[in-house]
Amino acid sequence: MTANTQKKSRALNLLLIGVLFTWMTLAAFPFLWTLWGSFKVEGDFFSKANWANALTGPLTLKESGGLFTGAGYHGAWIKEAFGIAAINTMIVCVFVVTISLTFGTLGGYALSRSTFRYAFWFLIIALIFRAMPPITLVSGYLPVFFDWNLWGKLPTAIIVLVAINQPFTLWMLHSFFKNIPKDLDESAMVDGCNRFQAFRHVIVPVMWPGVITTGLFSFLLAYNDFAVTAMILSKENQTMIPKISSFLGSTQTKGNVMFAVAAVVSATAPLFVMVLFFQRQIVSGLTAGAVKG
Amino acid sequence: MILKKLTFAVTLALSTNVVLANCGDINGRVSIIGNEFPAIQTVAAAAATCASDSVTVESNLTADYQTINLPGLQGNPAEYTTAVITNSSIVALMNEDVIRPLDELIAKYGQDIPKSNLITIDGKVMAVAFMANAQHLAYRKDVLAEIGVEPPTTYEELLSAAEMIREKGIMQYPVGGTYQAGWNLATEFVNMYNGYGADYYKASDSAEVAINNPQGVATLEMMKALTEYMNPDYLTHDSNAATAEFEAGNTALINIWGSRMATLQDNEGAEEVVFSNTISGGPLTVAGGTTPATALWWDGWSIAKNISDEDAEASFVAMANGIDPSILNDDTMGEAVWMLEGYTPSAANDGVFASIKAGSKSFPMLPYHGLLHTALGDNLSDYLQGKESAEQALADTEAAYTTAAKEKGFL
Amino acid sequence: MKHKTFFWFVLPSSLAMLLFIFFPIVSVLIQSVHVDTEQVIKEVTNCGPFGCETISSIDQEATQALKQDNPLGRFAGFTTYLDRRHLAIGEISTAWRSNNGMGDFFKQLMNLPFYKALSFTLAYTFIVTPLVILFGFVIAVAVNSAVKWVRGPLIFFSLLPMLVTPLVGALILFWMVDARGVVGAALQYLADDPNLSVKASTPLTWVMLMVYGVWHSAPFAFIVYYAGLQSVNKETLEAAMIDGASRWEQIRYVIIPHLLPLTTFIALMQLMDNFRVFEPIVSFSAEAHATSLSWAIYNDLGGETRQLSSAAATSVLTILGICILLLPVLVRTWRDFSRK
Repeated sequence: MTANTQKKSRALNLLLIGVLFTWMTLAAFPFLWTLWGSFKVEGDFFSKANWANALTGPLTLKESGGLFTGAGYHGAWIKEAFGIAAINTMIVCVFVVTISLTFGTLGGYALSRSTFRYAFWFLIIALIFRAMPPITLVSGYLPVFFDWNLWGKLPTAIIVLVAINQPFTLWMLHSFFKNIPKDLDESAMVDGCNRFQAFRHVIVPVMWPGVITTGLFSFLLAYNDFAVTAMILSKENQTMIPKISSFLGSTQTKGNVMFAVAAVVSATAPLFVMVLFFQRQIVSGLTAGAVKG
Repeated sequence: MILKKLTFAVTLALSTNVVLANCGDINGRVSIIGNEFPAIQTVAAAAATCASDSVTVESNLTADYQTINLPGLQGNPAEYTTAVITNSSIVALMNEDVIRPLDELIAKYGQDIPKSNLITIDGKVMAVAFMANAQHLAYRKDVLAEIGVEPPTTYEELLSAAEMIREKGIMQYPVGGTYQAGWNLATEFVNMYNGYGADYYKASDSAEVAINNPQGVATLEMMKALTEYMNPDYLTHDSNAATAEFEAGNTALINIWGSRMATLQDNEGAEEVVFSNTISGGPLTVAGGTTPATALWWDGWSIAKNISDEDAEASFVAMANGIDPSILNDDTMGEAVWMLEGYTPSAANDGVFASIKAGSKSFPMLPYHGLLHTALGDNLSDYLQGKESAEQALADTEAAYTTAAKEKGFL
Repeated sequence: MKHKTFFWFVLPSSLAMLLFIFFPIVSVLIQSVHVDTEQVIKEVTNCGPFGCETISSIDQEATQALKQDNPLGRFAGFTTYLDRRHLAIGEISTAWRSNNGMGDFFKQLMNLPFYKALSFTLAYTFIVTPLVILFGFVIAVAVNSAVKWVRGPLIFFSLLPMLVTPLVGALILFWMVDARGVVGAALQYLADDPNLSVKASTPLTWVMLMVYGVWHSAPFAFIVYYAGLQSVNKETLEAAMIDGASRWEQIRYVIIPHLLPLTTFIALMQLMDNFRVFEPIVSFSAEAHATSLSWAIYNDLGGETRQLSSAAATSVLTILGICILLLPVLVRTWRDFSRK
């Protein structure tokens, strides 16, 4: 399906370009608008008088003396120490991804190789587990975590995120392993390896594309989670998203909303680098057949 | 400029800290849970000055405090040693019996706290209040001058003023309020219902609800009449949105929290013609009544029950230090209507004081009122949108409340 | 694979799920069939900064004594499931007996919180899921036909709706659709109606929530499909071309069958996520116009007095609802599995 394998009619080309153009506008416009607005003051960016104020910025000019202001960024990073939240997020993400994938590859591999019925039921039960609304889960955790003095700590949040994400990880990796030919590990076992050695020496080297893809979804879950982290992390261990939410607060303090907007723009920037970097792996990973139901 | 103001505030806070730390001989753990608005940040910061080698002071100030404080106080020992609460949110803590009476601690360490700040329930002090709040009128004096009327004192006057503003073509939707479906809408109902003066329950010791009455219907009808002059999106307006509408010059008469007045009157986020003409009015009465259509709130703190006496003493001393009159300075003065000695009210606080003086009722502090509040918030919007009658909306509310109260064992 | 090996391989993952999902589900099940013990009320004097009054308060000693005897509360069986906030059996049968025609019965039904929430939840699930799959597919095909060097940025921008936290994403979009916001103003211009307000109208709010849902989830379908497209067998495609298949026929007979297993996976995840729709309702303050089952749980837990039993019952009903929704997909998976 690459461009050279087939000729495309002009009409079709135009249609495809039209689709792409429309979608890019829809997908990117709100973000670009936010990027622009993060250098304005709240009264302009969230103007209730006239939307064009966000472009022309009359109040920005009056309050900060220029057409653009870095007050949002200054407030978020310097005054409110957003950097600490960024470090916490990094810790949470690294551990959630590593642990999720370790548990998930072991489980997913076993599920793809077992021919017994219980393997199927295991997958189904995992799916039903995923149906539980997270908000109920979290409110159930709170009394127990407080009782056992686990509340507020990063490891608690990490293991909860891993557990909540396991059903998805298992399903995805299971379908990925199903597409790795059985002959590979079975011939290794004929040669005298046990199951774990076969997994370690034969499967691990070829599984990376699928693992990276699944890892990306785990990463995004940990990166963007609010329901869990907002409730079970204490102030000093807060990750980025609850920190951003605390800028908004129940009654918005003047200017703090723009801290949130600036923080969101800052939080998205590393994702851009990451997506560009992993783009090939994501694609080649899924290519190799992850997510084949 | 902002930066300069900021450094000034910081140096000021640092210099006052030295004066403040008067924490006596205590040792233990202080851990504060509470909402996150500036006044509470000030109190927590002052409490933190008691930190020393023998005392640790931590605070978790978050908008989600209501979800966290109960489980956080239930453990043994409790994660939090003290909770900042309001007359509404203290009820959940009292219902579960997780806060302790403060009488002994007051006798020992709290002689300076004015008696009027103590919340006494059944003869025992359960909390110490430090600030007051209420919803009241805020108006644009230039707009009222243009139509040539005095600031309204009743909702009927407000409606006729709104009509004149609209007729003159000054504003299409001159009235504003916190009518967001849910907690805000229920609060507005409570305000208005207080003005009509009927009871919420059949008897003072009964959990049986009684709001489906002529006053209840009149309350809803008055609210609906007001919404005719509000931006059609009123069911999505919380106090942030109502403030933004006012600052943008779209509304001239709003019922807003006293704690937001300083925001309305400062020179950020609005044109000069708006903020320089913004006046904090008094509470309004309705239907010829004398009790204002508003409810009084206080914010205060309580001490956890499931902690050692040592921690409780440390927490009490730290929090008493947190509400010491010396926390008041040029920056913190305007953050709230402080109930502290040495507080000099600014013009922004007129509304709350007027509400207290006019004999407004305080927000009901009943064990089951939270359930009614949730039910009100869920069921009134159908009437305001014209989907059902006022009687039906109130009947739905009563049915929802009764089901919930049965589950919680009140009925 | 031997039972024992299987056990050791799935142990870590099972342990995590057992502790953090299974046990909570069990406790939710237990909670949902219990209600609180009776609360003993007494009259007390309450004095504060605004004066004294006589109010009622819980008699802690008497209530604690009752609680000690029944730490789980009173056993209530299925009463919570059947009460007005959930299945509302009593209210429905009354409405059925005393209604003035089907329209009236339907109106009374929609006045019950559970059915009101269910109607939006189902509408959202069944409209958003197919649209997400459709748009994800179309975008994937379009990006895939673009020149190689622009694909990287195209993928990043396509993923943006999923990357930006809904917390602030929704805040900004909520402002945009305001009557004075940039999108709201554009809509007023297009509809030629200066009073048009998306937030004030129930149908428009539903549309807005659904458009947001599609916008937010389409990237997920897109990335899965895009990857799937990379592995389409080129020989089959070329053979189809030589046979004179049109572009559409290639898609219809080669690409779509190839992507079918992926579609099952996307449908499974999307049905589940959409049935639990919650965040946009809160972010867009849409509860006056639309509620969902997850929102009902949030509302029960978020009030000043938490209604745990009610929230537990709604959670169990949500899980049951998802099981019913997924049944066709599960049956299919079972057939696949048995075949192997």
